Amino acid sequence: MKIHIPTPLRQYADKHDTVEIPASTVSEALNALIMRHPDLRKHLYTAEGKLRAFVNVYLNDEDVRYLADKEATAVRESDSLSIIPSIAGGCRP
Amino acid sequence: MTTTISEETVSAKTVKKVELSNEEVLRYSRHLIMPEVGMDGQLKLKAAKVLCIGTGGLGSPLAMYLAAAGVGTLGLVDFDVVDFTNLQRQIIHFTSDVGRPKLDSAAEKIKEINPFVEVRKFETRLTSANALEIFKGFDIIVDGTDNFPTRYLVNDACVLTGKPNVYGSIFRFEGQASVFGTKEGPCYRCLYPEPPPPGLVPSCAEGGVLGILPGLVGLIQATEAIKLILGSGDPLVGRLLLVDALGMKFRELKLRKNPECPVCGVNPTVTELIDYNEFCGIRGEETTANMSQSLPEISVEELKKKLDAKEDVFVLDVREPHEYQICNIGGHLIPLGDLPKRVSELDSSRNIVAHCRSGVRSGKAVDFLRQAGFTKVRNLTGGILAWADKVDPKMPKY
Repeated sequence: MKIHIPTPLRQYADKHDTVEIPASTVSEALNALIMRHPDLRKHLYTAEGKLRAFVNVYLNDEDVRYLADKEATAVRESDSLSIIPSIAGGCRP
Repeated sequence: MTTTISEETVSAKTVKKVELSNEEVLRYSRHLIMPEVGMDGQLKLKAAKVLCIGTGGLGSPLAMYLAAAGVGTLGLVDFDVVDFTNLQRQIIHFTSDVGRPKLDSAAEKIKEINPFVEVRKFETRLTSANALEIFKGFDIIVDGTDNFPTRYLVNDACVLTGKPNVYGSIFRFEGQASVFGTKEGPCYRCLYPEPPPPGLVPSCAEGGVLGILPGLVGLIQATEAIKLILGSGDPLVGRLLLVDALGMKFRELKLRKNPECPVCGVNPTVTELIDYNEFCGIRGEETTANMSQSLPEISVEELKKKLDAKEDVFVLDVREPHEYQICNIGGHLIPLGDLPKRVSELDSSRNIVAHCRSGVRSGKAVDFLRQAGFTKVRNLTGGILAWADKVDPKMPKY
C-alpha cells in the first residue's frame, strides 16, 4: 500500500513523499515504515509506543481512530495511508 | 444546515439595519447580479463582522479580498512590525512599509481597496486575558496565526463564544484548511487534542514557506468566511482540506466531532481559557536562554581574531546545504540532523566553533557534542547573522 509522508517528516524518511509498503493491516504498514526509516519512530510514537496525539493517521479519507478495528484494520494494496501532523504556520516571522 | 450557520453568523436583525448607497451598488454590481449573492447577500456581507488574527502571510490576502468583497467590519489583531523577510508573501505590506506597524500598513491598504469597510485595529498579542473580550464584537474568526499556543487559544475562545473558526495553516509548500467551532462540527482539538512538544515541528522561520502558498490557503479561508456569511454552498465543516502546491493536489479528509473533546465534547473539562504557553510546553524566551547560558559561547569578534591570528580553530557549520549557498564563512558543513551519524568527521582534540544562522541549531549541536564527549566545543553567539552585522557587512542576511 502507499503511505503519504508529510513535508515536515520527509527529512526523517530519506526525503520521500510516498513510500510503497506491502502490508495487511494499518499497524503492520506503520511498523514496516519505521523499520525502513527508523528516524521516524520518535516523531510518530511516544516512548511507550503509543501513536503521538498530534499525529493523525488516515486510511484513505478516514481517521484510523474512528475505524472499528482501529490500527488492526485490514488494508488492501490500493489503499493509501496518510500521516497528518499538526502544522502551525501562518507565517509571521 | 448551511442556513442555520448563516442565521447564527450574522443575525437577520443586524442585516435589516444596513443598506447600500448608490456608490456601493455600483461597486458591488458583479455580486448583485449573481443570484448566489444578490442584494440580500451583499447586505449580509455589509452587516458581517470578521476578525482576522494576524496580518501576515494568510491574513494579507484574506483581509484584502474580504475588504474588496464588501465585508462591513474587519477586525485585525497584530502587534508586529513589517520587515524585509515578510515582503515575499505578505502582500498587504509594501516595501515602503518596512519598519511600520503591520496594523497601520494593513488598515491603510484596506481603506484604499474599499473605503466602505470599517477597520477595527487591535494592536496587541492575542492572550487568554483579552481574547473573549475582542471576539465579542465579531461574527466569524479567521485564524492566520503562526504558532501553536495562539491556535489553541483561538480554537477554545471560538468554542466558548460559539463563533466559527476559519482555520488555515501552512508549511513550506503544504497547507491545511477547515472550518472549526460550529455547533455541529468538530473543533481543532477534536483533530489534534494536544500540541507537539516544542522543537519537534519546525516553524516557517526555520522551515521556510513558498511565497504563493499563504495566498492559496488564505483565499480558501476568505472563501469559507464569505460562504458562512452568505449561508450558501458547502462549508469546510467536518472536512480537512490538504493543499500540496508542488504536486498541485487537493485532498480532503473526514473530520469527526470527538464526543470526548476537552473543549467541545459532551463533558468539557476546558470551560475557560487556560495558559496556552504552558499547555504547549513553552516558557517564553527562557528555554533557549537557559540552554545558551550553560553552553560555552564565543563572540563573532573573538572568532575573527582567532582566525586572523591563524590559531587552531575548526569551524563547524550545522545549517542546511542550501543555506550554505546563500552565505558561509568557510566552515565544515554538517547539517544538524546528520551530526549523530557524521560525528566521526570531527576531531575532539581540536577547538571547535559551531555556528548556524542565529545560534539556536548550533546550540543544540554543541549540547549534543558535549554529551558525546567533546570538551573543546563552543557555540558562535548570534550565528552567521551576527557575523554579517559585526564582522562582514557585505555578507547577505536571510
